[in-house]
Amino acid sequence: MNPRPGFVLEVDRSTPPTLMWKGESFGLQKLPTGSRIVYAPEPFDALEDPQGAIRDALENPTGDQKPLSALLFAGMRLTICFDDISLPLPPMLAPDIRQMVIEAVLDQAAESGVDDVVLIAALALHRRMTEPELRHALGSRVYDAFAPHGLLMQHDAEDPSNLIHLGQTDHGEDVEINKRAAESDLLVYVNINLVAMDGGHKSVATGLASYKSLRHHHNPKTMRHSKSFMHAPSSELHSANWRMGRLIKDSGVNIFQIETTLNTNTFPESFQFLQKREWEWGIKDRMAFAASSRALDLAPRKMARNILQGIKAPHALRTVYAGEVEAVHEKITADVWEQQGVAVSGQTDIVTMGLPYISPYNVNSIMNPILVACLGLGYFFNSYRGKPVVREGGVAILFHPTRPEFHPGHHPSYIDFFEQVLTETTDPVVMSERYEEAYATDPWYIHLYRTGHAYHGVHPFYMWYWCSHAMEHLSKVIIVGGDPATVRRLGFQSATTLDDALEMAKDSVGMSPTITHLHTPPLLMADVT
Amino acid sequence: MKALIIERKVSRFAAARLVSSFGSGRGAALGPLRLFDTPAPKDLGPGWFSVTPVLAGICGSDLATVDGRSSHYFEHLVSFPFVPGHEVLGVMNEAGFDAFGDPLLEGDRVVLQPVLGCAARGIQLCDACREGDVGRCQFLNVGHIRAGLQTGYCADTGGGWSEGPLRAHQSQLYKVPDALSDDDAVTIEPMACALHGALRAHHSGSSTVAVLGAGTLGLGVVAAFAFLAATGRSPRPSRLIVGARYPSQRAVAKHLGADEAVPTDQLARSVRMATRSMISGKSNGKMGPLTGGADIVIDCVGSAESLKESLEIVAPGGRIVMIGMPGKVNVDLAGLWQREVEIVGAYAYGVEHLDGVTVPTFSLAMEMVAHHHTGTLVSAHYPIDRFEEALAHAGAAGPRGAVKIVFDLGRKKATEKKEG
Repeated sequence: MNPRPGFVLEVDRSTPPTLMWKGESFGLQKLPTGSRIVYAPEPFDALEDPQGAIRDALENPTGDQKPLSALLFAGMRLTICFDDISLPLPPMLAPDIRQMVIEAVLDQAAESGVDDVVLIAALALHRRMTEPELRHALGSRVYDAFAPHGLLMQHDAEDPSNLIHLGQTDHGEDVEINKRAAESDLLVYVNINLVAMDGGHKSVATGLASYKSLRHHHNPKTMRHSKSFMHAPSSELHSANWRMGRLIKDSGVNIFQIETTLNTNTFPESFQFLQKREWEWGIKDRMAFAASSRALDLAPRKMARNILQGIKAPHALRTVYAGEVEAVHEKITADVWEQQGVAVSGQTDIVTMGLPYISPYNVNSIMNPILVACLGLGYFFNSYRGKPVVREGGVAILFHPTRPEFHPGHHPSYIDFFEQVLTETTDPVVMSERYEEAYATDPWYIHLYRTGHAYHGVHPFYMWYWCSHAMEHLSKVIIVGGDPATVRRLGFQSATTLDDALEMAKDSVGMSPTITHLHTPPLLMADVT
Repeated sequence: MKALIIERKVSRFAAARLVSSFGSGRGAALGPLRLFDTPAPKDLGPGWFSVTPVLAGICGSDLATVDGRSSHYFEHLVSFPFVPGHEVLGVMNEAGFDAFGDPLLEGDRVVLQPVLGCAARGIQLCDACREGDVGRCQFLNVGHIRAGLQTGYCADTGGGWSEGPLRAHQSQLYKVPDALSDDDAVTIEPMACALHGALRAHHSGSSTVAVLGAGTLGLGVVAAFAFLAATGRSPRPSRLIVGARYPSQRAVAKHLGADEAVPTDQLARSVRMATRSMISGKSNGKMGPLTGGADIVIDCVGSAESLKESLEIVAPGGRIVMIGMPGKVNVDLAGLWQREVEIVGAYAYGVEHLDGVTVPTFSLAMEMVAHHHTGTLVSAHYPIDRFEEALAHAGAAGPRGAVKIVFDLGRKKATEKKEG
């Protein structure tokens, strides 16, 4: 039976309360009658033979690229780059898709007699992965074959000896990427296309770039002109990456792009109720909800966090394409939209979102207040094509406790950003002019990024910039259950209950606003007409 | 005349120390300070004049004394019983002369430079006093008056917390310009302390300066740096960062010229950012010492914690200026040794040497007070009868959004006298 597509439910008196994420807990929330709830499509079926599909993709490339086997030869330099810990969400059950693809590539390389092979985690300015995280992504067989010999690297955007400046685009954008990758005979990039903005030229142009390169598109102007990130033709972020990607190609870097889509099977059996429609919950689902929500509420915060961060998603490979970057990406993006797209008719005055415990930047970590803003206003708000779910001048109501908690090892510059920058301004343009460079070049942050597991000093700025479009578009952001002082620091308002939040929204959207709730995760993207 | 007097009663000092653990200034209720009807101090001879206090401030060292928390170091530098109060605006009860030898008329407003140096004691001037550097006087417990490092700690002179006259030596008297309000004038003494402390920093235009604490002294230091730069006497530090516990203090610090005013627990973080330092390890679960740090740290608190923090955020080869009155502290000085850090005290005032010109700190302070109108830092005036409330208010000035609390001792009488 085909999975059911996503749809929009209109809440009436018989509609049961909807599941609402609140960070490291969740509950049931009754929405006002007449509200709409956008449900994601059900997960598509997994491929029966993922290894076979991968091999087939490698040998039958998409677009103007040769089969992988034809590109491999003895004596060549081969570099295999792969997406980092930020994908997929939650981390998937082993074997990870990266492991499956890389093993297939390595098998072919071995058959062709290639022995100069290096693996590189394409971190950009993200934190370095830990050994367990690398083992999980690549499998112990690959890890043990490469890591002990120094052949498993993590991209270091602050290592001038391993960066190469390839030139400037016709827009004056510097393109500086990983030297080993750029100078290899073949660069194989292994993507996980969790959302529509992943992959394409962004893989190399962003994932293997330096701050010098990234600052050209990770800035408030680009973010405000990306409407949305998920829709390439309307995304300035996409355009900038494409200009850079084409320069990389013209520089002679031979890229063999492998892109994959996973289905949206997000939660394991014990948490399956989290991705079901509430009126279809059986006794088992109700009991699982009652037990888990109560346990998470009662558990010490660290324990609740560990429980949730320990979830491994039963994601399964749905499609895989390999070959020329743009051709591969066009096909894969269509597949992502097919899995996640939901037709939504008309905009709403108020959009509500329950924010879960995880975002791309707090895997095995803490969702700090800046990441809360980024998940709600950067990611969920931008998960649209056409126009935002909420109208211009509308209100976003997020559910999250938004505590002033930070992981000091992963997010050191976020703490300073919160204490210094946000106390001065929440305006992305002002902060970019006044503070960005100081954070980006701070030697302590650079040291922690290079030697520890810290996000780069400039990263909190980028997270805030992701919110630029939403902050410009919305008249108000209200966080239900958010720590009042912290929420105020973010420039938003806090409310105790949804009713309070709706009351607070009235001065922006009138007495009888329309309300739309995004029931995510699983991931969905609204096709708003 | 009504005056507040501190007596040497060990039991009362002990009680004050106990009670003050519930809050600074609480020692006034049970401690050594009591309100008496007492005769005015006797004439102390030629060069001494009768001055009636108009306003008298309450400073941190006063609170420490009232609360029984002063260091034993001062035992031989005070004489009991004494009338406290060394931040004094008064009026001359008779014609006299000021510190420069210029005549003063009865009714003239004066501020007291309270140090009781060699000139006041009628002895041959020590080297420091000869230079005008009275804060460094060697002979604070000899001469024809009893021991006392300042007016307000001496049994013979009286003090500012009194409705009746005190005795002031010519060397202590500075005429208040008409342009200064009474509130401005009563801040001259603490501003002189702050100014002297700022100049003890020996900063340059490339210095990063961190100020720890934003009570009257901390804010005064900020004002001093701004004043010195505005008048071209010394360059502005490249970065002036203030750690202040309360939001109102941070707002005033910014207003007076701080580049950054952050909560006290964020000072180290801000200094690290400003100086692009790294961090060497952790200290008790908190951020560890900085590898670099501020060129100058001005400690306006004077506690073991503040000195420890100063040592953690000062740069190698840097300088810590202690303006806040310290007592006995237990601090690890290994970092001081290894990083060749200087700690210098900044007590009171005397003369300052600026571009080859020697100028009394008090004269400079008057100019600074006129520049900033620091009388706005005076948050409340209390009659002497409500001294317990006044001291409690001063002890909780920060959380209550106040800066300087003063006794209003005879403003009305002084005005009547002037008009009459």
